[in-house]
Amino acid sequence: MEILSSTPLATIQDLGRFDHYHDGVGRSGAMDGLALAIGNALLGNDTNAAAIEIPLLPFKLRFDEDLDIAITGADCEALFDDVPLPPDWALSVKAGQTLTLSAIREGCRAYICVVGGFDVPEVLGSRSTQLRETFGGHEGRMLKKGDRLKALGTSVGLPPGGLGATPFRQETGPVTARVLPAAEYDRFTAESQRSFWTTDWQVTPQSNRNGYRLSGPNLTMKDASELRSHGVVPGTIQVPMGGQPIIQLADAATMGGYPKFGTVIEPDHWRLAQAKPGTAIRFVEVDYPAALAAQAELDAYIADIRAAAGRQRRAASGWQS
Amino acid sequence: MNMHSVPAITDLPRFSLLGMTAIIFEAPGAFDLDHQRRIWAMADIAATWPNVREAVPGMTNLSVLFHRPLADPQDFGGKLVELWNRGVSKDVDGRNIDIPIIYGGEGGPHLQEVSEMTGLCVDDVVAIHSAPTYPVYAVGSHAGYCYLGGLDQRLFLPRRSVPLLSIPGGSLSIAGHQTGVSASAGPSGWHTIGSAKAAFFDPQRDPPSLLAPGDTIRFHPEKVLM
Repeated sequence: MEILSSTPLATIQDLGRFDHYHDGVGRSGAMDGLALAIGNALLGNDTNAAAIEIPLLPFKLRFDEDLDIAITGADCEALFDDVPLPPDWALSVKAGQTLTLSAIREGCRAYICVVGGFDVPEVLGSRSTQLRETFGGHEGRMLKKGDRLKALGTSVGLPPGGLGATPFRQETGPVTARVLPAAEYDRFTAESQRSFWTTDWQVTPQSNRNGYRLSGPNLTMKDASELRSHGVVPGTIQVPMGGQPIIQLADAATMGGYPKFGTVIEPDHWRLAQAKPGTAIRFVEVDYPAALAAQAELDAYIADIRAAAGRQRRAASGWQS
Repeated sequence: MNMHSVPAITDLPRFSLLGMTAIIFEAPGAFDLDHQRRIWAMADIAATWPNVREAVPGMTNLSVLFHRPLADPQDFGGKLVELWNRGVSKDVDGRNIDIPIIYGGEGGPHLQEVSEMTGLCVDDVVAIHSAPTYPVYAVGSHAGYCYLGGLDQRLFLPRRSVPLLSIPGGSLSIAGHQTGVSASAGPSGWHTIGSAKAAFFDPQRDPPSLLAPGDTIRFHPEKVLM
């Protein structure tokens, strides 16, 4: 397929680059791991198949072969030639047809998944784009007009009209992100702890794949001091001297020195990924068992989609396989 | 406590959760090579434990990353404390690498400021900075970046109040009690005093990082530009 138009920051991402933290290589990977999981489940892909992550629209591409694809993530105006598509949908496309993603209605990152995932070289165990170090993904960089990409597969036998996934949960009001307290939590003042859990934190425009800077009341420590540099993971909420928290995300550094208030649990990272600047985020404290239960709930949801999509694909192929 | 000195921490080893799939262990006591050698030894041992994806040394601390969430994080943390208390040390016979540096000029825009803040003349800053053999304590932050021990106390400075959006790969910087060379372009809150040409990371190389914990670096002043 050929990219006919793109905006900056569209990249190839899979689940991320693990096992090289000791080299200082951050995780990278899809910001919205749930959207990636849904797309790969609808297509019966390996869970780590690589997709295109698109944080800004419009994005347009033309297919040069018959192929099954899925569009997931942000709810946006998706046109397959002239036909509008519902969110979280998989369909078969023919050579010469186009896909246009334009105005976002809800969320902020869309994903295009293809059968088998995108065919880019695996580097250090992943196909994700490592933007800072400029390797992985497609030539180690953001996608641009004129780029040609290939899928590793072609067709998985989708039903006519395609198939979709029911949304995980319809939510209204501020985005909620569940948090496990981290090493320096007890060193913040009682008032700061209180305001952390009760504030509607605003996602500021200084937010990207590295992390989100939030705006709200200043958080202060009882005993401010610089820490010895230590490991940081996606989801870590750091509080620099200024008092305004930063949530480290997919492209975060592997080590840092700011005090850590807590860590947004993995099953809620997708909510952050879809929170655009201006969105309000509310943090909810959880303990480890509650975090495990949240992960299990999300895993079960994805497993259900995978099973249901598998049944529909087999039905469409007359239960031949 | 003097904010510019090496921060002291508690007398007891401690561990804490970093999300669902990581635990940080912090060693008690001084920030020195003896403690760091024990962290390296812990990393080697913990990396062989079941469900451990990686055990990555920090600065007298250790991050243990897991494949799957733990059944009992308290129990795992207890094992790390036990491991520390065993006092195993790892003496690495590392490589010694010479890194030529151009101090100051375009690649070292804060050299003059560092001279003013420390009350040392520029030549002294360069002489003091390039004198030690720096042990690589840890690799992290970005790919190929080395955290070095052994910076002379006279160069201890707080981080910059306004971080720079990007400094180029090869930038030599100092902050707090640390010094290091950026392996790729990125944001920095440190004072950049020089630049190097060495390739600290190459994803096609095996291992991809030029240096590993226990190796040592010497900085050789090639030029000092005002």
